[in-house]
Amino acid sequence: MIEFLKRLFGQAGSSATAKERLRLVLMTDHLELAPDMIETMKLELVDVISRYVEVDRERIDVSFERQDRTLAMLANIPILSVNRPNGNGAHAGEAKPAEAKAVAAKPPTRKRRRRRKTQVPATVSAR
Amino acid sequence: MHQRQDSVIPGGAIEAAVTLSESSEASAAGVTLSESSAASEVEGPSTKSGRAIVITSGKGGVGKTTTTANLGTALACRGASVVLVDADIGLRNLDIVLGLENRVKYHLLDVLEGRVTVEEALVADKRTENLFLLAAAQSREKDEVETFKLSALISRLRERFDYVLIDSPAGIELGFKNAVAGADEAIVVCTPEVAAVRDVDRVVGLLGNRFRPRLVINRLRPQLVKKGKMLSVDDVNGILRLPLLGVIADEPEIIVTTNRGEPLALRTVTPTGAAYHAIAARVAGEDVPAPIPPAAKGSFFERLGSLLGGGR
Amino acid sequence: MNARRIVITSGKGGVGKTTTTANLGATLAKRGRRVILIDADIGLRNLDLVLGLEKRIVFDLVEVAEGRCQLRQALIKDKRFDSLFILPAAQTREKDAITAQQFATIADAAAEQADYVLIDSPAGIETGFRNAVAGAAEAIVVTTPEVSAIRDADRVIGKIAGEGKPIRLIVNRLRPDMVRSGDMLSVEDVCEVLSVELLGIVPDDEEIIDTTNRGEPIVLDDANRLRAIYDKIARRLEGELVPFTRFDNQTLFGRILDALKAG
Repeated sequence: MIEFLKRLFGQAGSSATAKERLRLVLMTDHLELAPDMIETMKLELVDVISRYVEVDRERIDVSFERQDRTLAMLANIPILSVNRPNGNGAHAGEAKPAEAKAVAAKPPTRKRRRRRKTQVPATVSAR
Repeated sequence: MHQRQDSVIPGGAIEAAVTLSESSEASAAGVTLSESSAASEVEGPSTKSGRAIVITSGKGGVGKTTTTANLGTALACRGASVVLVDADIGLRNLDIVLGLENRVKYHLLDVLEGRVTVEEALVADKRTENLFLLAAAQSREKDEVETFKLSALISRLRERFDYVLIDSPAGIELGFKNAVAGADEAIVVCTPEVAAVRDVDRVVGLLGNRFRPRLVINRLRPQLVKKGKMLSVDDVNGILRLPLLGVIADEPEIIVTTNRGEPLALRTVTPTGAAYHAIAARVAGEDVPAPIPPAAKGSFFERLGSLLGGGR
Repeated sequence: MNARRIVITSGKGGVGKTTTTANLGATLAKRGRRVILIDADIGLRNLDLVLGLEKRIVFDLVEVAEGRCQLRQALIKDKRFDSLFILPAAQTREKDAITAQQFATIADAAAEQADYVLIDSPAGIETGFRNAVAGAAEAIVVTTPEVSAIRDADRVIGKIAGEGKPIRLIVNRLRPDMVRSGDMLSVEDVCEVLSVELLGIVPDDEEIIDTTNRGEPIVLDDANRLRAIYDKIARRLEGELVPFTRFDNQTLFGRILDALKAG
């Protein structure tokens, strides 16, 4: 009966599921088809992050994962050192390289920076 | 092999059974399980030899992928171990028909090029035990597959699975040839349309003497056959003359299940699900009658609807 | 004045490339254009069959490419129209019997004698497809509102867009009743996902199978609504702004019926 009523009032049937799946699958297909774009994106991402923290460029890992109803980009970026809050140079080589717990870089307190837009809804998280 | 004509019962319902019996020749060619002592001697005492079946058609869009997914599901439901190989490099769809597109991590070319083992690439089906998928690559081209490597892979898969079903791409180009190379049996899928019949005829010719292909007729519309606007099963097989594995009627439900990624073979109560199970039984060597699905039996409301010009 | 060379392709097989080529070509011819249709599906030719011209084939595409005959000798005139010709594919050869360059040369030669050259591409993205695209300056991608077809169309659109050729979309075999019941993607859904200019919407029509059986393009049937649909497509192709047919005129009673049917 509920099914009947749903159809009567035009509620979503399998086509809504299909559209969702298609959206996701095409995103994945497009990514698979553009390894160069991903490489470039990776490099630019690292450049941006390097403005705030010093990173180990050799050990950066970027991957894409399907999570629930969306596609997420996961980046594991080992951090070597973090600039002092007042911006005076990094403590290069002083401390052991540490794995970052939270990478989502906040803009520095002095200047407001605009967030770079990405096409893929990305959650950048660290492991 | 023997067929009976459709019989039309007054009132609009079609009830007919197409009775098939495997010729002993076909059975012997098909069944190669543990009795294949030759293979065991060469490869080791515990090697079983499964069957590698390519599903092809020439014409695109007739239901190769749907048939592969559903036949594989039905065989696995019967307890067989089944691996489905998507040979449509660049245009993969077996994953999406099975609803497994989010679980594909590695693909056929990753295996063939040695980046991962086949175990790492195989995706277990969400719902059916003993059913696995080896997905195609999406961003590569068909000519990147080395035929002998694919054949070798299929042979290895045959050692571990009862059935290796290979979903061939449309056409008769390299993709088709590669899909066929590793198989020892063939199923051709045809719709009751002149273009499809013509293409299957061509493909059967190309398959040559190595195969004795069996036929699945898909997307039959009994109403149109009755009105003389569509070829009947007899029309089609009168031309093709192949052993008939089964007939599947066109059902809107098929689109719905592809939308959801749920093969109809999971629902044996549906005519299509039942038809695929009958086909699976026949592939497994059983002698079963196959009712042509009574999709022509319009319900009262359907007929009322069409009388009143239902919503157009 | 050279013709517009348009490839009709899809990726997925069975969505209606050949039917579209035949009917669009016939419609353009009815509007007074000189049209040449080329079947690029070597080995699996069907354009001749769909037009009912299969018995009149003398020479084919490969023979033209190999110089064994002239283009004009291979062209078959469809007598039902003033100016509709077809160049059939070879049946017993393979797609690599002809190179992309050879195909492009033939398409150019055809373009000198016509207003439109419509190329019926094979399914897939292999040699046959590449050759077909090589002969064209623009593309019509045909899809049905189904997941696999749309995915394949997306792939093909990517490939052709990479060559800088304009692409337009025909959504074929739409079933408005299933769209209403939420069991089929709508045209809007399809366009949103593919992001390509829409050229036409063609509803599913069971008469098509019968017309293929008889070799008579459906646009010859005055009583069939597809005739008007293809006419709209032709007009849009020629630059006219033609509103798309709305297939969702729905009364409450109609909805009840659909719901009952589906239930």
